[in-house]
Amino acid sequence: MNNTEMTQKSNNDYITNNHKYKVIVIGVSTGGIKALKTILSVLPSKFELSVIIVMHRHKDADGYLEQLLDNECKMRVKQADEKEEITAGVVYVAPPNYHLLIEDDGVFSMSVEGAVNYARPSVDVVFESAAEVYGKGLIGVVLTGANKDGSQGLKIIKEAGGLAIVQKPETSEVSDMPRAAIAAVKPDYVLPLEKIGPLLRKLESNG
Amino acid sequence: MDKTNENEKIEFDLILQAIYQKYGFDFRNYSKASIRRRIRYRLNQSNLKTISEMQHKLLYDRQFFGSLLLDLTINVTEMFRDPSFFKTLRKAVIPELKKQPFIKVWHAGCASGEEVYSTAILLKEEGLYESSLIYATDANDVVLDKAKSGIFSIDKMKDYTINYRKAGGLASFSDYYTARYDHAIMDNSLKKNIVFSNHNLVTDSVFGEMDIVMCRNVLIYFNRELQDRVFKLFRDSLRLGAFLCLGSKETVRFSSYSDNFENVAENEKIYRKNGECL
Ligand SMILES: C[S@@+](CC[C@H](N)C(=O)[O-])C[C@H]1O[C@@H](n2cnc3c(N)ncnc32)[C@H](O)[C@@H]1O
Repeated sequence: MNNTEMTQKSNNDYITNNHKYKVIVIGVSTGGIKALKTILSVLPSKFELSVIIVMHRHKDADGYLEQLLDNECKMRVKQADEKEEITAGVVYVAPPNYHLLIEDDGVFSMSVEGAVNYARPSVDVVFESAAEVYGKGLIGVVLTGANKDGSQGLKIIKEAGGLAIVQKPETSEVSDMPRAAIAAVKPDYVLPLEKIGPLLRKLESNG
Repeated sequence: MDKTNENEKIEFDLILQAIYQKYGFDFRNYSKASIRRRIRYRLNQSNLKTISEMQHKLLYDRQFFGSLLLDLTINVTEMFRDPSFFKTLRKAVIPELKKQPFIKVWHAGCASGEEVYSTAILLKEEGLYESSLIYATDANDVVLDKAKSGIFSIDKMKDYTINYRKAGGLASFSDYYTARYDHAIMDNSLKKNIVFSNHNLVTDSVFGEMDIVMCRNVLIYFNRELQDRVFKLFRDSLRLGAFLCLGSKETVRFSSYSDNFENVAENEKIYRKNGECL
């Protein structure tokens, strides 16, 4: 990545955060819990980016996923709340049965608009919304999953200047989602799970 | 933020301004992300090229406005959405209502009415329907007409039956509608105490002396400022000790009116207006 550009940018766009990247959005479906644990457990408690996770799950799901990840990770993990400010160092999980969106002033909003790619929350919806707000400051990650949700959103993230990471399909529990993403956009990185967490750490300190 | 993005944002704001001035619908304090998404969707469906072209079309073509209005007011709904909410309503709120000789319920933002019929069923099963009056309001006349008709797609009934059971339904869900071709027609006995009318939460005023206000999955579309306006409206529409029910991701807690409400079931977003600040 281009380091000089980053130093210039840091003065105006991200006054409170000197890093190039501000937010990581992760889209995942079938096989998600294991994949998320692998990645998130590598991130330190004071990680300086925010992480937003969209995982397809049942509409009546309770807070089990959030609790489980919170127990396993050093970062704080919680379900995203309506109009909640997105803060560095926190992992937010999209609530079931709502689409998650991001407002210009960096707060979450939600919608019960119909399913997109048979999913609500849909990865494409949050990727697109995040790309619009964070542009170059956004990292999009597509992991294991059994449909094509996330591929169009990842394309939009790249077009807006963000970074695209995809789990290596051969290493994915279900490879449809990573494959669809790779078909839609040329990712910056295609990596097995174990290498994604360490990459995110590297991008945090010198991205 | 780059230039195109910045200009585009101005164009979106201009569209909302135009809608307000021309048609009186005020979306200016709605959450922007969803509004932009919907405007873009309408743009893609039309043969218009730019948002500016769309603005022109909006001003001169009332029918086009009608379709955009349907896009902007997300009308997606279902019967017994969040079954656990209805279950809690039955357990925690109904016993309190049974102490009242007469019950006034307001469904604000009722969309095509599925939620209203759900409440009507619940009141009926609890023996309260005959002494209830349900006001069902929405800002969008198209969906309100559908609500009045009480005719829904038969395909949905399977899911609704599951919701109904999970919500603690006491009878068989099919008792409440007649299936005709691909439609389910809700029973007239559910309809007779429901009054449907147009009411816009942004621009219209108080609805008096309610025992319950249900406004679910509407406030998520409003910014904090507008949410506050609506919470004030609800506080002023509820009698002391009356109930406010919100959608599962909505809360009164971060609003300026938090002190006016105590928790009945915070998990299910059921609150009760307290006596103090009047
Ligand atoms: C997603 S639906 C919610 C339906 C139902 N309450 C539920 O939870 O299933 C949102 C509804 O709010 C209505 N709405 C949006 N803005 C409104 C306003 N300013 N005043 C009244 N209703 C409004 C829309 O027309 C739409 O029917």
